[in-house]
Amino acid sequence: MSLRQEIRLSGSGGQGLILVGKVLAEAAAIYDGLNATQSQSYGPEARGGASRSEVIISDGDIEYPKAENLDILLALTQEACDKYHKDLKEGGILIVDEKMVKSLPDENYKIVQLPIIKSATERLGKFIVANIVSLGIIVKISEIVSEEAVRHAIKARVPKGTEELNLKAFEEGMALAKEWMKTHSTLVK
Amino acid sequence: MSDKNTTRLMQGNVAIAHGAVAGGCRFFAGYPITPSSEVAETLSETLPEVGGTFIQMEDEIASMGAVVGASIAGKKAMTATSGPGFSLKQENLGMAIMAEVPSVIVDVQRGGPSTGLPTKGSQGDVMQARWGTHGDHPIIAVAPNSVEECYYMTVRAFNLAEKYRTPVVILTDEIIAHLTEKITIRPNSELEIMDRDKPEDSPEDYLPYKMTDSGIPPMANFGEGYRYHITGLVHDETGFPTNDSEEATRQLMRLNTKFDKHLDEILDYEEFNTDDMEILILAYGAPSRSAKRAMQVSREQGVKSGFIRLKTIWPFATQKIKELSHKVDTIVIPEMNLGQIAGEVERLTPDSTSIVKVNHVNGEAIKPKEIVNAIMNKD
Amino acid sequence: MDYLNYLRKDKMPHIWCDGCGNGIILKAILRTVHKLGWDKNKIALVSGIGCSGRTPGYVDFNTLHTTHGRALSFSTGIKLANPDMHLIVVSGDGDATAIGGNHFIHAARRNIDLNLIVFNNYIYGMTGGQASPTTPSCKFASTTPYGNPDSPFDISELAKAAGANYVARSTTFHTARMDRYMEQAFQKKGFSVVEVLTMCPTSYGRANKETGATGADMLKYQKQNSISIKKAADMSDEELKDKFVTGVYVDKDEPTYLEKYQDVRDKANK
Repeated sequence: MSLRQEIRLSGSGGQGLILVGKVLAEAAAIYDGLNATQSQSYGPEARGGASRSEVIISDGDIEYPKAENLDILLALTQEACDKYHKDLKEGGILIVDEKMVKSLPDENYKIVQLPIIKSATERLGKFIVANIVSLGIIVKISEIVSEEAVRHAIKARVPKGTEELNLKAFEEGMALAKEWMKTHSTLVK
Repeated sequence: MSDKNTTRLMQGNVAIAHGAVAGGCRFFAGYPITPSSEVAETLSETLPEVGGTFIQMEDEIASMGAVVGASIAGKKAMTATSGPGFSLKQENLGMAIMAEVPSVIVDVQRGGPSTGLPTKGSQGDVMQARWGTHGDHPIIAVAPNSVEECYYMTVRAFNLAEKYRTPVVILTDEIIAHLTEKITIRPNSELEIMDRDKPEDSPEDYLPYKMTDSGIPPMANFGEGYRYHITGLVHDETGFPTNDSEEATRQLMRLNTKFDKHLDEILDYEEFNTDDMEILILAYGAPSRSAKRAMQVSREQGVKSGFIRLKTIWPFATQKIKELSHKVDTIVIPEMNLGQIAGEVERLTPDSTSIVKVNHVNGEAIKPKEIVNAIMNKD
Repeated sequence: MDYLNYLRKDKMPHIWCDGCGNGIILKAILRTVHKLGWDKNKIALVSGIGCSGRTPGYVDFNTLHTTHGRALSFSTGIKLANPDMHLIVVSGDGDATAIGGNHFIHAARRNIDLNLIVFNNYIYGMTGGQASPTTPSCKFASTTPYGNPDSPFDISELAKAAGANYVARSTTFHTARMDRYMEQAFQKKGFSVVEVLTMCPTSYGRANKETGATGADMLKYQKQNSISIKKAADMSDEELKDKFVTGVYVDKDEPTYLEKYQDVRDKANK
């Protein structure tokens, strides 16, 4: 198989993780010329409860569209982290919110613990953009898609009128990741 | 619509809705049900833009009735649902079959029986699509396995419905329905669009259920000057009910064999590596993606596996499967049910053929690895 | 007028029993169509199942005999697909308010431009006289050998509450009234219901002889026991027991589904 990257975005319903998945897939498939699939698992209800969104990015065909062996896991709740980290491959990247996820798995993962929700609420004034802050972190750390492609995809996918705020959230996420990378070893590639 | 190819990221259900409009659908009646609702939501926005009509009915039974009514009045019409709703539609689906009214029914399969697993994928309605409504009857069902195919297979479903005066079931599943991936949309001008045959006879001579060579009688729409009768009762060529046993046999045999002369056009499948295969994988819908991958992996591991993907599920590709089954001793069939198609294959193959089933009924997708294990006999 | 101009002569004689009131209603429909000068090619007459469901077979229009209770669903599709057509929907009491009860109230709520004629004979005639949703309490049917324990629906009140633009009730005895109501109903935009209380001597009359055992007796009984809606307004429930209240229940001009959907199309194309 050609390069295949599997990303799972997990947390609770209402955190906008499906949107992040779609933005990431669109950046890869439409603007970076790769193939991508995005899918999601719903809890029993559409609102609240656990939520997960998966993106597969590849330069070849994507037959099986679900994650089997995650390269990257974003967990915005402790429940999501506990439930899904076992699907992360050895050496995979685990990105968590430092306030929501306090108990970290004792496994061979590259763990990126950052104040995602705090940045969204305090620096950007909107809890809801924590999803796009997370996206900035994922993109900066993994370089899985180009930053420019993501900016295009954000503009195409977020609700009208929120483009500026979301682009700012994306830059904020990338800045957080950049700062983090100064004090931690460079990851994957 | 653009006059050039456009590439977009799209969800399977949304692609079905856009494919429907491209295929000429101008009427949709439906009732909300997970995991199909995006089809209705999309069409509620797009149909009025093209002068079409979207209506949310009071239940699934009414939705199917309205679809048949709209088609009788000349519009290409569709409804979308999932298992529990598909159960309710069976009554008027039977009416559409009996009265030979073109119509398209999308069934986004979720886990069953009953309310089952509303948000998870399944292929549990394969036999319901075939035999869900009472009485012997013909049906066409097709199964997409990608978002792009959701679009083009819906266009094709309308063509088949029109050409063969029949309901066509798009038997998709939650996995493909809620998958978002790349799709290239060709301009509408490049699509082949078929319309029902109109009568050449005068209204006085028109026989709505005429015994034609093709087996498919031309269809007049209501309001066009052909004042004729449509009923769900067994009827003669004029459309009026009959109790005559010879006439009933004649008409029901025509109905039940009406696809026979057209199987080359109705049946659609794709084959990979069946020339040198030692083992055959047969799949459709979501598991067929994993099946294709499993074929590649098993070949890398030294087993010459071949693969056939059914795009038309009903009528069944009997001849093709018989032909392929002669080349192998083992057929691996992954399905998100307990072997509904495997049972059909078993009926067609000699006892010596080993049918290896890979089944899920828990809503989870079948992984390539599971199929590879079955191929390598490792389980 | 010559009724035969509107009938499929080769389908006569009809299968309705001696003394059945359905033919009286059918003639009123045909008189109304004739009076309004409607083009036969633009009329669809749609039924469900039951004795009323035999009507489409006899009339020279576009005719559709659907599944039990679903005539309004199919008609909704036809009307929306071709708004130029006149939709006459015929349905019995069981067809319209038992198995088709949901479609009945929603067609009224939607106020879609269909003309429903309910042939209310208080019984399932075709299947042999079982109790229906309009069989009065304590009356007899093949499934209520001890008298009906259920309470009946008031179809006109139901249609009124659900939102129909026009609702009226007549008996088969009051043919002039029936004609007038049908004429008003057929010209009304939006959902209209004309409920006609009809007689089924074969199944209902024989089991409930006090209402008349023959068609003629049942017509007399209708005549003797009919009360206008105005008079009924001042009468108690006790006084109204076993009476036939006739009159216009609703006559209004709320926007119809088709008009409202045109707004949707306009918004979609802005």
